[in-house]
Amino acid sequence: MSENVENAIVNVQGLYKEVASLNPQNVSPLVILHELDFTIQSGETIAIVGPSGSGKSTLLGLIAGLDTPSRGKVILDGENLTAFNEDERAQVRAEKLGFVFQSFQLLTSFTALENVMLPLEIVDRKNARELALSVLGRVGLSERLSHYPNQLSGGEQQRVAIARAFAPEPKLLLADEPTGNLDTATGQRIIDLLFDLNQEKGTTLVLVTHDHGLAERCDRVLQLEAGRLVHADAREHQTESQIKKQKERHAAGTAN
Amino acid sequence: MQPVRRTSLLSSVRMALRMLRRDWRAGELRVLAIAIVVAVTCVTAVVFFTDRIGQALKYQAGELIASDLRIIADHPLAPEIRDKAKALNLATADSWNFRSMVLADGGSRLAEIKAVSDLYPLRGELRISQQLFGAGEPVDGIPTAGTVWVEPMLLRQLNVVVGDQINVGAKRFTVAGVIKYEPDRSGDMFSIAPRVMLNLVDLPATELIQEGSRVRYSLLVAGEKSAVDQYRQHIKKQLGRGERLEGVEDARQEVRFALQRAQQFLGLAAIVSVMLSFVAVAMSARRFAERHLNTCAIMRCVGAKQSQITQLFFIQLLMLSVLASLLGCAFGYVAQSGLVNLLGELLVVKLPDSSLWPVFTGLVVGLVGLTGFALPPVMRLKEVPTLRVLRRDLGRIRPLSLSSYAFGLLAIAGLLFWQAGELKLGAIMLGGMAIAALVLTGVSYGLISLLKWLPAREGIAWRFGINNITRRTHGSVIQVLAFGVGITVMLLLVVVRTDILRAWQHNLPADAANRFVINIQPDQTQQVLDFFAKKNLSNVSLYPMIRGRLVAINGKSIEPDSLEDERAQRLVRREFNLSWAADLQQGNKITQGQWWSKQRQGATQGKNQFSMEEGIAQTLGVKLGDTLTYSISGSQISAAVTSIRSVQWDTFQPNFFVVAPPGVLDTFPTSYITSFYLPPSKVSVLDELVKIFPNVTVIDISAIMNQVRRIMERVALAVEYVHVFTLLAGLMVLYAAIQATQDERLRENAILRAIGAKRRRLLQGLVTEFTVLGALAGILGAIIAVVLGYVVSVYVLDLQYLHNSWIWVIGPLGGAVGVGLSGTLGTRKVLSRPPLSVIREI
Repeated sequence: MSENVENAIVNVQGLYKEVASLNPQNVSPLVILHELDFTIQSGETIAIVGPSGSGKSTLLGLIAGLDTPSRGKVILDGENLTAFNEDERAQVRAEKLGFVFQSFQLLTSFTALENVMLPLEIVDRKNARELALSVLGRVGLSERLSHYPNQLSGGEQQRVAIARAFAPEPKLLLADEPTGNLDTATGQRIIDLLFDLNQEKGTTLVLVTHDHGLAERCDRVLQLEAGRLVHADAREHQTESQIKKQKERHAAGTAN
Repeated sequence: MQPVRRTSLLSSVRMALRMLRRDWRAGELRVLAIAIVVAVTCVTAVVFFTDRIGQALKYQAGELIASDLRIIADHPLAPEIRDKAKALNLATADSWNFRSMVLADGGSRLAEIKAVSDLYPLRGELRISQQLFGAGEPVDGIPTAGTVWVEPMLLRQLNVVVGDQINVGAKRFTVAGVIKYEPDRSGDMFSIAPRVMLNLVDLPATELIQEGSRVRYSLLVAGEKSAVDQYRQHIKKQLGRGERLEGVEDARQEVRFALQRAQQFLGLAAIVSVMLSFVAVAMSARRFAERHLNTCAIMRCVGAKQSQITQLFFIQLLMLSVLASLLGCAFGYVAQSGLVNLLGELLVVKLPDSSLWPVFTGLVVGLVGLTGFALPPVMRLKEVPTLRVLRRDLGRIRPLSLSSYAFGLLAIAGLLFWQAGELKLGAIMLGGMAIAALVLTGVSYGLISLLKWLPAREGIAWRFGINNITRRTHGSVIQVLAFGVGITVMLLLVVVRTDILRAWQHNLPADAANRFVINIQPDQTQQVLDFFAKKNLSNVSLYPMIRGRLVAINGKSIEPDSLEDERAQRLVRREFNLSWAADLQQGNKITQGQWWSKQRQGATQGKNQFSMEEGIAQTLGVKLGDTLTYSISGSQISAAVTSIRSVQWDTFQPNFFVVAPPGVLDTFPTSYITSFYLPPSKVSVLDELVKIFPNVTVIDISAIMNQVRRIMERVALAVEYVHVFTLLAGLMVLYAAIQATQDERLRENAILRAIGAKRRRLLQGLVTEFTVLGALAGILGAIIAVVLGYVVSVYVLDLQYLHNSWIWVIGPLGGAVGVGLSGTLGTRKVLSRPPLSVIREI
């Protein structure tokens, strides 16, 4: 797996997370994640699945450096996140990460355009407005630029969120149940958009989902149960075509 | 890892500006901004005003006494004093001042006569106009013999124009000009009567200066500074009784003292507004921070650093407060012209334009509001855990302790001390405010916890409304305080003020004396009494008046400066009016000792003795049996105090601090005084009196009382004017308090409606809540207004407090209706939002 580690965008080693128990009777801490080890290759699409409370969102948060593990490491594109302080992690996020949430997380006092411009403005990109306009055009919201989130439908809001995530052209895009708040048809269109953009931009996509259909479309599925990885490498879930697709991508990656 | 990229300050500023625009558009910053505007407006208005007065005093320092040095005496000065000045090559001029009647065909009026000699004024210049409303031209010289210059008011009162004739005492003068500016006039802050200026050479012909006349003789001196200093040193040692030396600084100090009091009142009112505004700032900033938790979490999530977020919000709020402060300064400048209009006409001085200092003060106040009260909650935003983007329940802002606002509170204390101008007063004010704040908070808590004890009533709306108040105790206390202060101000403006004025008028009987006649000479007494009898004015009695200075108590001479009490100092410096009488005057009551007619034959009778008024006895520390020594016209007389009297002063009868039995003071120069009620139909009698006895002076007390009342009303208006800002600030706190609970209400109501509560029910609940809050605040407001009304009437105005029971109805009822309406209207939005859209946002 050495070439895999070299080429890995995410390398998780012995990731362990516990929190102090809220129950005063029970002094032993509550373990959320048990010693996880896995890698995600650049360009892969990964689904993290599992029942509620299995630690999916915590894992996603740790990969993004939104939280720190109790033990273990997260290496993101060669940089050891766990060794960084909060501001350094923020900088890594600014440069390499995009995020899409179940509840969209748009800023209510910002218009659609302003929401998309936000991450670009934070890193002080010169052509923030032009970039944001083009991405919003790509997600089909050119007509909705100056609308506020509460003037948009759920699907439109999630498209703004996707545009915001893709605008800085991140290497890794994390999505937390991106279709959880949407009806099936709208959810489907959002997924299509995510995968399309993923292909166009060559982004690595990691999503947490309950939706089996969505998990099916991913290259790989990481299944969590009570904080343990049940199928660290679940290639048996993959269809032939997906494996083929992945191999092609690998070949292209090495050729580059 | 790539080298750490630093975003430039410029780009941070640009982004902060964009955020400011967005937040402003979203209405997130309005309360905060308006609260800062109110605070700054109020402070700058007062500071602009005081600055202009200060400048007026500074620029005209030399002019203030029309000379470099002035010697004032209650008797003509000895020639040596003048000779010494001449020997030092100093210029001198005389200025004799007294009040007297002035006659014209249009009637007679009291005027402040000033007779001046050639070189007057030695510093500054007179400006004279030929028309009533014309602009004044500087003149060189004084009125020529036989002419006078007068102030516009007198022309209107007597209905004369330049060129007409008026009588001053026994002499007829031609009015030759209208006084537009008189340099040393500003020394007397409030003018009681208009000025008539004449040439000193004409004074004897008026026959106004008689023995016992109250005249202020001033010798003005000016010249080389060293010569003036030398003269001052020399003269200081020579000053006799009734003589004092006044330099520019002394004159200014007196004026300053009077103004300082007014400024302290205004400043205090301003500070109360500032504090209220800052409460609104703190409340709305906290809400702003809470509403930006997500923004921060998302910004952190997409890569913003903590320092970047802190910087962004700091710059954003800094820009906002600078803009708001500048706006406040502009409003303050406009508002101070209102103050100038209210108080300006009472000031004889024309106020110069202000310096830029008040703008600086305004900016400082704005920045204190920002750093002391807006930043503490907002700076906590950087601590928001990024994980909040995944878990909404994380990272609520911890409640801020009082110590987070330490800087702001210290800064306010500093403002208070600065405004008070002295440490002791500042400490008293600070302590008073802290105690008041504690007591009021306690009372509010008490009132709210009383609600919990109310018998449970049927009806969900009532229960829901009351629950809303008792559940959010902290928020409710702040709301009750905010409403309460607003209601207090309104009650003070509407109810208490009219009550105090009523009390003042109440004190005066309808037939209270309204005219004093003074300066009646002993040989005129019978003629004057005959005159009044002929005019059917009975009950007019004349009282002898002898002027003397208290020089010793029990043989120990008195040094005015050694007295602690300010009033006592003044009393001792001035000449007393002494009198003698056989019988106790009406309205006087013996409280200690015995009046001479009641004394045992032979005990003390026939000996020198005094009866003293109890108030002054207390001020000077004089007890029954003490011996007082008076200096009268150069000779001394001592006598024991054998009785102490209480005097009913408000009858407007002539009354005397110290009275002797007949035979003790008879040999001293005496003039007579009387007072009586003159019905309006008989006003012409006075013109006749003054024609027959030109040396007597008639003082129209009703006119003076009107003048005093006008001054009182003006000063009260000025304080009220500043209180309007307090009201505004109170409204801001109110609005911020309503807003603070808005998000919570929104969620609760959405959920309640989702589970089936009817909109009508919820509205009834809101109405109940705000009506009850308003009623509680009304009770609080009534309490404060009654206490303040009591303190002001009893301790400041020396009036009996007339309690108006209506205040207990108007306060709570007005509060219930006003707050009920505005609160319900303000939160109605909560009910009009469709619940789904709210729930989706949760």
